[in-house]
Amino acid sequence: MKSDIEPDEQELVSLVEVEDAELARKSSQSKSQGQLVRRRFLNHKAAMISTVVLVVITLTAFTSIGFAGIPGWWGQSYLKSSSVVNGGAPTLSLWPSWLGGPGFAIGDHPFGQDNTGKDYFALVMRGTQKSIIIAVTVGALSTFIGAIIGAVAGYFRGWVDEVLMRLTDLFIVIPLLVLAAVLGQLAGSKLGGSIFALALVLGLLTWTGLARLVRGEILSLREREYVAAAQAMGSKTSRVIFKHLLPNTIGVIVVNATFAIAGAILLETSLSFLGFGVKAPESSLGLLISQYQNAFTNRPWLFWWPGMLIVAIALSVNFLGDGLRDAFDPRQTKKTRRRTKKEEVSE
Amino acid sequence: MLKFILKRLGASIGILFAASFLLYVLVINSGDPLSDLRESIADNRDYLMQQRSDYMNLDMPWFQRYWTWLVGVGGCFALKCDLGTNIQGIEVTGLLGAAASSTLRLVVLATVLAAIAGIAVGVLSAIRQYSGLDYGVTFLTFLFFSLPVFWAAVMLKEYMAIGYNDWMKDPSFSTVQIVLIALLFGFLMQVFLAGSIRRRLATFAVSAAFVAVVIPYLLWLNFFRYPQLGPAAIVVLSLAVALSGTAMSVGIRNKLVLYPALVTVGLGLVMYYATFSLLKEPNTWVLIVGGILSVAVPGAIGHFMGGRLRKTAMTVSALTGLAFGGLTVIDHIFRAWPGFLALKPRPIGTIGSQTPNFTGDFWETFLDRGAQLLLPTLLLAIISLASYSRYTRASMLEVGQQDYIRTARSKGLSERTVIFRHAFRNALIPIATIAAFDFAGLIGGAVITETVFGWKGMGQMFTTGLHAVDPAPVMAFFLVTGTAAVLFNMLADIFYALLDPRIRV
Repeated sequence: MKSDIEPDEQELVSLVEVEDAELARKSSQSKSQGQLVRRRFLNHKAAMISTVVLVVITLTAFTSIGFAGIPGWWGQSYLKSSSVVNGGAPTLSLWPSWLGGPGFAIGDHPFGQDNTGKDYFALVMRGTQKSIIIAVTVGALSTFIGAIIGAVAGYFRGWVDEVLMRLTDLFIVIPLLVLAAVLGQLAGSKLGGSIFALALVLGLLTWTGLARLVRGEILSLREREYVAAAQAMGSKTSRVIFKHLLPNTIGVIVVNATFAIAGAILLETSLSFLGFGVKAPESSLGLLISQYQNAFTNRPWLFWWPGMLIVAIALSVNFLGDGLRDAFDPRQTKKTRRRTKKEEVSE
Repeated sequence: MLKFILKRLGASIGILFAASFLLYVLVINSGDPLSDLRESIADNRDYLMQQRSDYMNLDMPWFQRYWTWLVGVGGCFALKCDLGTNIQGIEVTGLLGAAASSTLRLVVLATVLAAIAGIAVGVLSAIRQYSGLDYGVTFLTFLFFSLPVFWAAVMLKEYMAIGYNDWMKDPSFSTVQIVLIALLFGFLMQVFLAGSIRRRLATFAVSAAFVAVVIPYLLWLNFFRYPQLGPAAIVVLSLAVALSGTAMSVGIRNKLVLYPALVTVGLGLVMYYATFSLLKEPNTWVLIVGGILSVAVPGAIGHFMGGRLRKTAMTVSALTGLAFGGLTVIDHIFRAWPGFLALKPRPIGTIGSQTPNFTGDFWETFLDRGAQLLLPTLLLAIISLASYSRYTRASMLEVGQQDYIRTARSKGLSERTVIFRHAFRNALIPIATIAAFDFAGLIGGAVITETVFGWKGMGQMFTTGLHAVDPAPVMAFFLVTGTAAVLFNMLADIFYALLDPRIRV
């Protein structure tokens, strides 16, 4: 080939090649989709702060009072009652002394004591542990079921789709709280009210939203050429679904998993509050609030701490999900700077 | 279209039927309805057990119990509902009416408030994307999403209701408080109105100064105990509605729209004096008819005076009329307020849907209901407001990227026209769907709110019923929420098809 080209032209070609190489060197290395997503996520401030908050809360909850027989670093137990000091008021103070406050101190009972003198920090940490376990189990279970059902319905279409979608309609017609309350009571009376039974029940109920979304995605993805290619090469159906289709819906799935976790925390607290969720020997943040809701006027801290932890967990999980959504789907983030500028001009 | 609706209706009824079956079986298996009697040591224990079995058909096998219930419900089509009897032998059909009316009062009001406020906030934060306002709104909506309802409810009770009631005994602000309120108000106003730094500073100064003058003046008038509006203030406020409505739709200089709105204000003033004595002791029907007239008559005025801008003129005039009517009602409420305070010194209620043994004239009873309604409505509205504003924002941003918006801008339309005529209307289409879903969802979600505020609504019927393993009230609750969900789901689909010709089948 090269011999056909005139010397002048050859020079030109080599010039172009040099330029190309230079350009390739200048623009930093190309990135894979995963790297792009990770970078966008790491640049999302709110999401990063939320991640830190979440990790701190989780670590504190599990290491402070210990978990599954392993003792923790916090000296007091949630079972042991001791004498009530100073009406059980919290000893934690963050008001620095140079502002006229009592100075920074943690004290014996940073979150105070309940009316029988139990250390409230230990109680709240135990509730947090259980709430987190429930939320994560529910999130994982509902994501798993939702993704599978959505993928199967979208891939096979026809009567399979019809049956599965009517099934999701069934769950949508009965308000979630109602069904969860009924099943929570059922789990409480038949399965002894363990938190895993409750988590299982809630996980079996909350998959419908994700199933619909995944189905929609799969319906359009299954028409792509690479799916046709995989089918033509004789891939098994399960391989097409799990290797080619589901990985391409990972954005929807991951984002929804986080929102499912946030929703599960709130649902669990609501159920425990109504008395259909976690029952007394067990514990959870929602149960703590409902147990102490009448103590508000005398001992407001019994009410404040678990509530603030619920808000902190749910809020940071929600922001985490928002960050993930922006990272997976940057469409909405880009175009807008231009528009705001234009508006300022027009104003 | 008809075929589409019928098909949807058929599928919906089938789903409702299956769901009722599922729920019934789950409820009757969720525990033992006789457990409290089994441990009882009363002499007539066996008699009580037998009585309860008769009320709840416990002797029948489960499918027969369901069938009996279903036949009773089927009677509703022949106008003879029988929803069974509850654990104490009381007809659930009778209970449901009262419960449903108190729940619906709560939910309808909350939905309307949340939709209006949420859409407004969403549009604003979409127009000012990535501004301080947008970030603030985003943070607040996420916070509202993450609030446990009952926790927020107790906070509202403790700090808002009790705080306000204590304050109401002797309304006063210290100088420091007035300064703080003025600064906060000024800050919020400049966040909302935005603009260049100079404009922001001006907004801040003007609104802060306004508040700093108005609050001492109101305190001097003892406005908070003896509020008054009067015809002059009503006219000024309705004029503001008329002018801003005109300015937002077609611009202030357009006489075709402005004049009917001004005529409406004038007519409103005449009607204010004409209906004064009637509205002193009205009844519900007077208010309803008055409300309809205050929208319909201005609408007609707009129709005849609007010329080629007939539609816009009708909308703006009707809004003005509505504002005038609403303000007239508020005027009469203000007049009744001192009398109401004398009857009920701690106005904001935290328990129940009405004060027990409360007697007063129409407006005083109205105020009492309103004061009891305030906190639960506020709570429900705040929570669904968050999702409305989120969806509106996303929808506005999505629409803002469409080609026809670019076309509208490039042919030189004003920003106002682009946003309200081209973007906002199209952004509303998905919101209509969400409103339908949200309403149905809220009826279910009212369970917790009712429990916290001690309302005797459907939510309470559900929780007590479920605790007692009593299927009749639980199923009655489901019948209302499930039918609402199916109905509104279908309405949403039809709305969607009507509003957006692209998806018509």
